[in-house]
Amino acid sequence: MYRYDEFDQKLVDQRVEQFDRQVSRRLKGELTEDQFKPLRLMNGLYLQLHAYMLRVNVPYGTLAAKQMRQFAHIARTYDRGYGHFTTRQNIQYNWIKLEDTPQILRDLAAVEVTAIQSSGNCVRNITSDQYAGCARDEIADPRMYCELLRQYSVLHPEFSYLPRKFKIAVTGSPNDRAAVAVHDIGLRMHLNDQGEPGFEVLVGGGLGRLPYIGHTIREWIEPEHILSYVEAILRVYNMHGRRDNIHKARIKIIVNQMGIDKYRELVEAEWERIKDSALNVPDEEIARIESYFAPPAYQTLTDEAVLLETQKAEHPGFGSWLKRNTVEHKVPGYRIVNLTLKAVGLPPGDMDADTMDAVADLADRYSFGEIRVSHRQNLTFVDVRQRDLLALWQALDALKLARPVLDSISDMICCPGLDYCALANARSIPVADDINRRFVDVDELADIGELKINISGCMNACGHHHVGHIGILGVDKRGEEYFQLTLGGSSDQNASLGDRLGPGLPQENVPDAIAAIVERYRSLRNEGERFLDTYRRVGIEPFKEAVYEPKESKAVA
Amino acid sequence: MKALIKGGELVSDSYQPLGDDDALPDAGAILVSLTRWQSDRADLLERKDPVGVRLKSDESPELISEDLGSLSLVALEFPQFRDGRAYSYARWLRERFGFKGEIRAVGDVLMEQLHFMLRTGFDAFEIESDDPLGQYQTANADFSVWYQPAADGRPTATQLRHRRSG
Repeated sequence: MYRYDEFDQKLVDQRVEQFDRQVSRRLKGELTEDQFKPLRLMNGLYLQLHAYMLRVNVPYGTLAAKQMRQFAHIARTYDRGYGHFTTRQNIQYNWIKLEDTPQILRDLAAVEVTAIQSSGNCVRNITSDQYAGCARDEIADPRMYCELLRQYSVLHPEFSYLPRKFKIAVTGSPNDRAAVAVHDIGLRMHLNDQGEPGFEVLVGGGLGRLPYIGHTIREWIEPEHILSYVEAILRVYNMHGRRDNIHKARIKIIVNQMGIDKYRELVEAEWERIKDSALNVPDEEIARIESYFAPPAYQTLTDEAVLLETQKAEHPGFGSWLKRNTVEHKVPGYRIVNLTLKAVGLPPGDMDADTMDAVADLADRYSFGEIRVSHRQNLTFVDVRQRDLLALWQALDALKLARPVLDSISDMICCPGLDYCALANARSIPVADDINRRFVDVDELADIGELKINISGCMNACGHHHVGHIGILGVDKRGEEYFQLTLGGSSDQNASLGDRLGPGLPQENVPDAIAAIVERYRSLRNEGERFLDTYRRVGIEPFKEAVYEPKESKAVA
Repeated sequence: MKALIKGGELVSDSYQPLGDDDALPDAGAILVSLTRWQSDRADLLERKDPVGVRLKSDESPELISEDLGSLSLVALEFPQFRDGRAYSYARWLRERFGFKGEIRAVGDVLMEQLHFMLRTGFDAFEIESDDPLGQYQTANADFSVWYQPAADGRPTATQLRHRRSG
């Protein structure tokens, strides 16, 4: 993975000292809260319901074991012993004191981690595929471009006061695990006729109050032009994006008001002016960054089909974990392993400090000391030898990180909700917990198959409810918490926004409604058909009926 | 106290701000709105003394791009410091239109922004502060590494990396 050189380190250290000064100016009253707010947000510090929350970047979801240990140290020393992995591939601490933040940032900088631009109206953490560099279905490794974009966006002098936040996601695989179509800019790698990789550029996707799937603004751009093209998009947005209404300030609004053709015209005109500038990345810099993403020292191995079959027979539970939580690797003899942070009774994405340390040790032992964070709030070891899988499974099982539930109902995305968040309308974590308790049987989960449930505690959609196969949105109706269901959303290469099922339900009825939807799906599905595909084939009516007009069981609404 | 910093020093403002209905003085540097510039353009172009135009944050310098050769100052307004349009305007003035005159930041200008302003092409700052020069110097010294090429032409980290190794 990428390592800082003296330039990267100096900039981060200087940013920490600058933030230290901003905090002390605030504590002395030289800055009003109104003036301090955008400054602290640009360094990931929110004021939440009960305390400050600090959001720390995990650049494109890539983490070293040593960095994970520092996360554990911070959880223990400055927080209440745990952290929360988010859909932005970041980690959040929920119980932070303002006066501790400069030292926390120093601790992070010591292991090449920052909170720079993890919030604020600027370019946020670049996100990507958690399997980058290892997936068998990948066209090329996207991390090098993620790192280029990371450096390009850090403390950008022109784009630090954009109309609103700005999220860029990159996928190097046609099977999009980075949800690029629902980002302000999505970069999707393709090969041209000569077999060279380049990017399709999408713009104006996003969730929140007004969700949109991104438009293709350009079918193909050579990698060396990626920064100048992104700069052109950002400049047009900075000049034309709406500043009169915070809810209409994202790029998706101006792209849709102006129309993609007009937006493209402005971007292309600007790009013509800047495409042959210092933004062109020199070959030697590409080579320098690429060298950090060279494959680790893989051994020459073969796939261990026989061994794994024997182990499956000897160890009940190993087989279903292998099937559900692991993914094929591009290198023979290796496998990608997902650690599901979805134990029953724990908020999705939460992890305590001791578990973080244990995960770091396992990564050192089994996966070249590297850990990935996925936007579905799980962790991944990308480079595990197949012969080590059994031992790793046993170790993960002891840590409650081996529930074989990847991509199942239990693998929910869930925002922190009203238990923590100042913006929320409803408590999302208890809903996730109710659903988890309703579907505890892993065999039943396996039979239901891939069914992604995304839960947000308010319209801001941090839990990506619009693109859940089943989306759940918490709303406030006259002081009561209700939950609106949507069906048919997806954030993959065939992205779609969910359709509203009907009136909101009280919290206690949500698990019954999910169960009714699942039952109807099982009665309607064709052999091997996923929930999403059944839904797309039959439409919303059968599910509406199952939830709101059940013929036999009691109504849930 | 409101102070003007230019070229890293405290200076007195030589430009007289002229309201849209104020009579045109016979002599002396003046600063006018875009509206005034557009309505009195012919008269203003004939003046011997310096003329500056003050642009609001929804007024792009594209609107005066033909006239920039006759202007010695463009003041870009920050109605709130969160409104970042002027950073792009400043870059357009320097890099697209080649404007060599003064670009002044006016309005809600905070110390925390000075560094970014310097990078995008501003060279003068109207700031409200008890210690404007001290703040300017502090902000200017915040960073010595830059990733992005911008209007100030400072070498980027990428350029330094390969200058060093090459």
